[in-house]
Amino acid sequence: MTASLKPMPAAPLSDMPATAQTTPRFSATFDPHTISEIQRAAATGIYDIRGGGAKRKLPHFDDLLFLGASISRYPLEGYREKCGTDVVLGARFAKKPIHLKIPITIAGMSFGALSGPAKEALGRGATIVGTSTTTGDGGMTPEERGHSQTLIYQYLPSRYGMNPDDLRKADAIEIVIGQGAKPGGGGMLLGQKISPRVARMRNLPEGIDQRSACRHPDWTGPDDLEIKIEELREITDWEKPIYVKVGASRPYYDTALAVKSGADVVVLDGMQGGTAATQEVFIENVGLPILAAIRPAVQALQDLGMHRKVQLIVSGGIRTGADVAKALALGADAVAIGTAALIALGDNDPRLEAEYAKLGTTAGAYDDWHEGRDPAGITTQDPELAARLDPLKAGRRLANYLSVLALETQTIARACGKSHVHNLEPEDLVALTVEAAAMARVPLAGTNWIPGSAGF
Amino acid sequence: MPVVDLAMVPLRSLNADLHKLPQNTNETHWTIRNPGGKHALAVGLDAPVTVEIEGHVGYYCGGMNKEATIVVTGNAGVGVGENMMSGEIRIKGDASQAAGATGRGGLLVIEGDASARCGISMKGIDIVVKGSIGPMSAFMAQEGNLVVLGDAGEALGDSIYEARLFVRGAVRSLGADCVEKPMEAADRAALAGVIARAGLSDDVSPDEFKLYGSARTLYHFHVDNASAY
Repeated sequence: MTASLKPMPAAPLSDMPATAQTTPRFSATFDPHTISEIQRAAATGIYDIRGGGAKRKLPHFDDLLFLGASISRYPLEGYREKCGTDVVLGARFAKKPIHLKIPITIAGMSFGALSGPAKEALGRGATIVGTSTTTGDGGMTPEERGHSQTLIYQYLPSRYGMNPDDLRKADAIEIVIGQGAKPGGGGMLLGQKISPRVARMRNLPEGIDQRSACRHPDWTGPDDLEIKIEELREITDWEKPIYVKVGASRPYYDTALAVKSGADVVVLDGMQGGTAATQEVFIENVGLPILAAIRPAVQALQDLGMHRKVQLIVSGGIRTGADVAKALALGADAVAIGTAALIALGDNDPRLEAEYAKLGTTAGAYDDWHEGRDPAGITTQDPELAARLDPLKAGRRLANYLSVLALETQTIARACGKSHVHNLEPEDLVALTVEAAAMARVPLAGTNWIPGSAGF
Repeated sequence: MPVVDLAMVPLRSLNADLHKLPQNTNETHWTIRNPGGKHALAVGLDAPVTVEIEGHVGYYCGGMNKEATIVVTGNAGVGVGENMMSGEIRIKGDASQAAGATGRGGLLVIEGDASARCGISMKGIDIVVKGSIGPMSAFMAQEGNLVVLGDAGEALGDSIYEARLFVRGAVRSLGADCVEKPMEAADRAALAGVIARAGLSDDVSPDEFKLYGSARTLYHFHVDNASAY
């Protein structure tokens, strides 16, 4: 509004010029980012593709608090009294279940999406602290098998690089139905990253924009999935745990159906979980935040009498030991990290700010992982860029970070009086917002109100 | 030579015995009786043996096969020879959906018809169907040769990459980015080779086939292809 619209005073009230203006006002609906997206779409005629997970503000673990010990609850001494962090995955059917020292695993990320040294660093870091890494949409490389003490082999719709020898070399098999960044979508790997080696591993022409299948080619629905799991168990002589990974969308039914189909472990990925490359519209508008997905999945396991028998791994936005502790308190057996692991390796390092600026972005916001020009040398197939990452040092950073996550989780568990992180429970939690209270099914702080539960 | 009656012996025990076979085994010919449509029969084999299955099999027979020759005298369920690496699988009857899905090598021969999605996501396998194939066959087919002596259903080769599709009969329709291509000498030689390996050289000539493959217009994201995405 300009001053000229106001009734003209008889005499000047201030030194303000008559034409004074308000500050420019951006629309909440047509905000600058939205406007730039419309302009980008108009200029290119194709949807925006990027890496990472949902960036919008979502109800998350930040909206939960632990109550800690009090007169009626007895805490444990930090550093002195034991607080276990180990987890066994896959004891339901597999002859050789996975034993991890900490309940924090590395999520599936492909060679192709990541460089060889980055995959090696993930393996090194995870192995130091006694946890597992996971292959991705592109097959198993000797580097990651060699450097990962415990390696989960993903069985994806595309089946790129799939072969029985690698299947037998794996410590567990993860059948990927979907991922949190894009439940219902297949992967993408743009031409810049289809190097000769990546192309060979995937049986694709070099340099094409690869679209992975979104559905498995040889089974449809839970009855077929049960037979597919039987086949994989037969091929591997019932040795390997079989995980089923779903993107968070219908977590109650997906978990129940995965259990019915014979899964040993269910992996549930919320929409904050990253992708190497997907349409922005997909990442931001399809799926559930992980906070909303854990309790329905746990409920399904409990209803089937399978909680703690079929393990639940959750992922999507895990950053701190507090997040880990909250996920476990809601009923998960373990968590997986992807984006945070890349950051620990060196992704989005502020010391590379000048190079991010050249790419039209800034440290902390860089998400054009699909373009393969990552200054940190992680999400690239360019040999010169990839050589920037020292897999030993990066692996050490990841190990440090994983150790901190475990220590932080223990800190909270001890404060709540738990001798094992798996003893954390919903009763230890309250919510700061009505939304989080409803999603996590814990009371709004200071009340006994759980929205949506009986007795309101 | 072993004869295994699946009416008496559990499938698990048969597959475990087959997996234990060393490369130089003397037990090179196995006969399987009463397969009863069981799933995951003779999967994950890794030795140059012949497994003859007398009857019908369920899903994923011969899945991920390496080196072995598997002969099924009856019909095969979904995903026969899925992701096979090498060796040969021969179905005397018909095959259900997704025959040879994602196969990376070896030869799959279906003497009857194959249902929908035959050769889906194939990655180097050679598939020969003496009868006809169903709709959406060779969807996203990446590498290898699909040879069909009969007809092909709708949307053949949708979103195909570099696999070659040879069809002798009629094609109901082609999928996105799949086109008829001129058959070059290399294509003809590949076709003749596959026909010979399938033992059909006396039955058909490469000249009777048309070749279909990728127009390569969808290899890069582009606004003009928006309707195909």
